[in-house]
Amino acid sequence: MEYVIKTDRLTKRFGDFTATNEITFEVEKAEIFGFLGANGAGKTTAMRMLCGLSIPSSGTATVAGFDVYKQTEEIKRNIGYMSQRFSLYEDLTVQENIRFFGGIYGLSNREIKTKGEDLLEQLGLKNEAKKLVASLPLGWKQKLSFSVAVLHQPKIVFLDEPTGGVDPVTRRQFWDLIYEASAKGITVFVTTHYMDEAEYCNRISIMVDGKIEALDTPANLKSQFKASSMDQVFYQLARGAKRSD
Amino acid sequence: MRTIRFLLEKEFRQIFRNKAILLLIIVMPVMQLIILPLAANYEVKNINLSVVDHDHSSYSQKLISKVTASGYFKLTGYNASFKEAMKLIEGDRADLILEIPHGFERNLVRENHQQLFIAVNAINGVKANLGGAYLGSIIRGFNNDIRLQLLPVSKFNGAAVIEISSSNLFNPLMKYKFFMVPGILAILVTMIGGFLSALNIVKEKEFGTIEQINVSPIRKHHFILGKLIPFWVLGNVVFTLGLLVSWLIYGIVPLGNLLVLYLFASVFLLAILGFGLLISTFCDTQQQAMFVMFFFMMIFILMGGLFTSIDSMPDWAKTVSRFNPVSYLIEVMRMVILKGSGLRDILPQLGAVGVFAIVLNAWAVWNYKKSN
Repeated sequence: MEYVIKTDRLTKRFGDFTATNEITFEVEKAEIFGFLGANGAGKTTAMRMLCGLSIPSSGTATVAGFDVYKQTEEIKRNIGYMSQRFSLYEDLTVQENIRFFGGIYGLSNREIKTKGEDLLEQLGLKNEAKKLVASLPLGWKQKLSFSVAVLHQPKIVFLDEPTGGVDPVTRRQFWDLIYEASAKGITVFVTTHYMDEAEYCNRISIMVDGKIEALDTPANLKSQFKASSMDQVFYQLARGAKRSD
Repeated sequence: MRTIRFLLEKEFRQIFRNKAILLLIIVMPVMQLIILPLAANYEVKNINLSVVDHDHSSYSQKLISKVTASGYFKLTGYNASFKEAMKLIEGDRADLILEIPHGFERNLVRENHQQLFIAVNAINGVKANLGGAYLGSIIRGFNNDIRLQLLPVSKFNGAAVIEISSSNLFNPLMKYKFFMVPGILAILVTMIGGFLSALNIVKEKEFGTIEQINVSPIRKHHFILGKLIPFWVLGNVVFTLGLLVSWLIYGIVPLGNLLVLYLFASVFLLAILGFGLLISTFCDTQQQAMFVMFFFMMIFILMGGLFTSIDSMPDWAKTVSRFNPVSYLIEVMRMVILKGSGLRDILPQLGAVGVFAIVLNAWAVWNYKKSN
């Protein structure tokens, strides 16, 4: 098995608060890995460490074969990232955003043009290409944001609650995009609060108070916790949580 | 290099898309340069004078008309007693009291000696100082007039033995506008550059787009350069507009070389933009950045030598102004525009501002953290 993410007792402390406490796991290539946990469980902190945005306090981890302490810039070249907060430039048009983000990841002008056109085609945004991103509905922004994050064919794409506040139909379309990316060999690392989305993942980890309490396929987790749905699995684990925000 | 091109493309697009800011950048300096020099007047005029005349003689009348005819004073009271005049000062209707004693004319003629009393409301120090000095010199003039009238000029009692003649170099008519316009232009360039750059990176932090930049392989110095260059260009545009306005409205044509002026302004802009970007990397919100920049702007402007001469500041303030990039710009603007100084004359200032530019920008790059 080829692992693209490998962590060993990865920890992040802020003062005397341990946000992420000795988490150890591996993610395989082209896997869709669900990263679940209640608010404040430490998901975003863990994800930020894997993206090279935050330097760990202790433990080790490699992402796409690069060390999260010393090779953060190499990691950044090989990943895509979509944060909780919508992060395209609202005062640029759809096309200008595609051009900018393609450009800073080193795509050639021709690649930007062809890939950008494919992307617009795929999302059905051809007529909106020259509109400001600010004028698009949230669901379209999210899909655009994801497509821009995978434009440069990264090895891994990190999605931090990508479908928050989006209607069920758009969520479904969003997951179609995720499957497509996975089929192209891109590993997807996704956090979510929607348990139906958890079922779409190949494997899931559930974090409680900074620790990973469960990690397996959705089917195995359900039988392990004698639950009929992921909802029940999550309740059983998260009920014991002491912190929330 | 290619990354910088994409960054610049994005920044310029954002600047040109924000029509309100763009208008402000262009219109604000032009309007201010037209209005401010007319108002920021160094000459003290309209000093309210109250006269207490106990003499009621022709000499006292002559003195009063000489004072009012000077154009600096406005006679707001003609009182019978000092007490009454004092009330005018308390009510802020008079700045100066001139008291002419009883027997003024008689003593002057007979005893060749008389005293006048001037009381000055010193709350407004500048007005009090200049008003007192003006009045003093008018009275001296009056004194000379009557001496010439009363006594024939002779070897022994001639009017003044030492006479001073002076000529005003570089600004022969002592027009305060020649002095103020280059200074105000310096301030405008500073404000535009400083505030725009201070707000810029912080804006990306507020909108969350900085995360997307931080998670990309953009190099830190590329990112800072991408922010620096657009504002540097804008700063030069504002500077050019300002020079045009001072030529068209005030007829001020730089005596010195325009290239020297632009060279200095360019280096100065790098320094002040670096300072703005540095603030931007420290702050989390635009509000914070705005107030921090405002704090420094006040110091830069009030201690920059625009309104008050740095040479007359206390030593500690002189030391502080040596770390004030704006003071160098104001100084060089006046040197090159009014005096026609060349590159060699401004080398020390150029060097100082160059050091600011390097240190501040390096600090901004260092303090901008893509990982924490």
